[in-house]
Amino acid sequence: MSQTHARTPVRGPTPRPAHSGHARLARGLGWFSIGLGLAELIAPRALCRAIGLPGRETLVQAYGAREVATGIAILASHDPTPWIWGRVGGDALDLATLATGYEHDNPRIGGLALATAAVVGVTLADVACVQGLTADKRLPPPGRFDYADRSGFPRPVDAMRGQAADFAVPADFRIPEPLRPWTSGAPASGRSGVPA
Amino acid sequence: MKALVWHGTADIRCDTVPDPRIEDGRDAIIKVTACAICGSDLHLYDHFMPGMKSGDIMGHETMGEVVEVGRDNTALKVGDRIVVPFTITCGQCDQCRRGNFSVCERSNRNRKLAETAFGHTTAGLFGYTHLTGGYPGGQAEYLRVPFADATHIKVPHGVSDETLLFLSDILPTGWQGAVQCDIQPEDTVAIWGCGPVGQMAIRSAILLGAKRVIAIDRVPERLAMARAGGAETIDFSQDNVVSRLNDMTGGKGPEKCIDSVGLEAHATGSLDSMYDRVKQAMMLETDRAHVLREMIYVCRPAGVLSVPGVYGGLLDKIPFGAMMNKGLTLRTGQTHVNRWTGDLLRRIEEGQIDPSFVITHTVGLEDGPAMYRTFRDKQDGCIKVVIKP
Ligand SMILES: NC(=O)c1ccc[n+]([C@@H]2O[C@H](COP(=O)([O-])OP(=O)(O)OC[C@H]3O[C@@H](n4cnc5c(N)ncnc54)[C@H](O)[C@@H]3O)[C@@H](O)[C@H]2O)c1
Ligand SMILES: [Zn+2]
Ligand SMILES: [Zn+2]
Repeated sequence: MSQTHARTPVRGPTPRPAHSGHARLARGLGWFSIGLGLAELIAPRALCRAIGLPGRETLVQAYGAREVATGIAILASHDPTPWIWGRVGGDALDLATLATGYEHDNPRIGGLALATAAVVGVTLADVACVQGLTADKRLPPPGRFDYADRSGFPRPVDAMRGQAADFAVPADFRIPEPLRPWTSGAPASGRSGVPA
Repeated sequence: MKALVWHGTADIRCDTVPDPRIEDGRDAIIKVTACAICGSDLHLYDHFMPGMKSGDIMGHETMGEVVEVGRDNTALKVGDRIVVPFTITCGQCDQCRRGNFSVCERSNRNRKLAETAFGHTTAGLFGYTHLTGGYPGGQAEYLRVPFADATHIKVPHGVSDETLLFLSDILPTGWQGAVQCDIQPEDTVAIWGCGPVGQMAIRSAILLGAKRVIAIDRVPERLAMARAGGAETIDFSQDNVVSRLNDMTGGKGPEKCIDSVGLEAHATGSLDSMYDRVKQAMMLETDRAHVLREMIYVCRPAGVLSVPGVYGGLLDKIPFGAMMNKGLTLRTGQTHVNRWTGDLLRRIEEGQIDPSFVITHTVGLEDGPAMYRTFRDKQDGCIKVVIKP
């Protein structure tokens, strides 16, 4: 049988890595969330002491629970994007909390600055990750491929409409008789199930 | 032999595995000359479908030459050229005798699993989850075809692989999707998804005489291919699908709706899609039902919803009240491939349709893993990938 339609050439593969770097970064952030969260849950007192914010143990533990939950969600979900957004929100909370510790009499101001720098760094990674994941999902620019000639039909579409009208739809695939078009009191198919 | 092997989410590799051997008298082994990657494979690649195991060989759209035949198989002989339907069918059970091949009662060797998940067993499928038998698939150099005396479509020499290969799945799937609509000459048929299945459904609806076909997607080159096949198109990333469809049909809605998207439906920023994603992430829901919701809502009362798109488990927030009160008919199913292929092969030979129009990429097995990603991400204009081992 001959090819009946003109054809844009079939292409081979374009080399692309099998895994996206952003997906890998997301997984890394997921594990980081779990690690940090566990530390906050298990050793809140030591953490609070290191940054000079005593008395915030319960808050730090709550943040820990949040981190662990987000981390698991990132690792378990098919699309981590919304959960990385969640991390960005969490980073903002963390920074706000740390900011409350910047007082002249804080003896651990050095530890606090270190912690703040670390959170800022992670926030940047989170934002980069979310932007990367979103860009990955964007479709390639349109218009590079012209499939306007790929009808699959040997003749123009209008000449092909109804060409398979010889096909008898099997009884078990037909619309239930009561739902067939009903014109002037009888089914359009001509078969009547109507009381006279 | 070489084969494409599933190792985990988005992890398919071209591995060397043992050659298949005849295990039963009805078997046959084929040397694969062409196979393809299907949208259903993407559900496995993205690991939405439960029941995959590391080491499973992928692929269910396969054709080739018979190189070995089991001793009880009198239907095939060495040298025959066959296309292998993706549904494994015994040909003898109650369902097979009715032509309901995709719910064959005997071919699923993990019947118990399927009964637990679905209430009843369904047919064994090649290169798919262990819920459907976990049979090694055809993205490989050789394939063992179980129940091969019934599970095959003999095809003539002299027609290209590309023109015949899709008898294995997407052509009969698009066809059954349209046949399930029982299309009448006055019908407007709306088709969600312009992937390979949607493309075949569009051509089938035209051949079966639909007055209008409206196709919905967001990928520009897929929409262009839909228009080439005679469809008007809606870009769901630009337009609200329900109001566009209502506008285009004078407020009445399409009589027939086909879902050729399935459980990974994409939705741009709609409320229900956020809800689905959160529930999916928390493992409270398995499938995203955005397209089903739109179809139920927009379909004309007393219309038909046809669902060839694959779903795997639980769906949430289905407007069943609208479904019931509008008196809609719902028809679904994996395709009963052999029920349609005799007729479709004749239509191909007579030149009514040449399904090879959908192929955009042809590669060797070793490039298969990269092509999974290209196909999933709709990169490089990819619509259908054929692999020639
Ligand atoms: N019933 C069967 O026997 C059978 C056989 C083969 C394939 N399938 C199923 O058919 C479906 C399509 O297969 P395919 O090979 O064409 O896959 P595909 O992934 O290439 O195509 C799906 C298309 O749907 C589009 N889409 C996503 N969200 C949408 C939305 N909200 N509205 C409209 N379009 C949307 C995508 O952009 C894509 O083009 C899959 O679910 C597949 O598993 C079923
Ligand atoms: Zn398929
Ligand atoms: Zn059977």
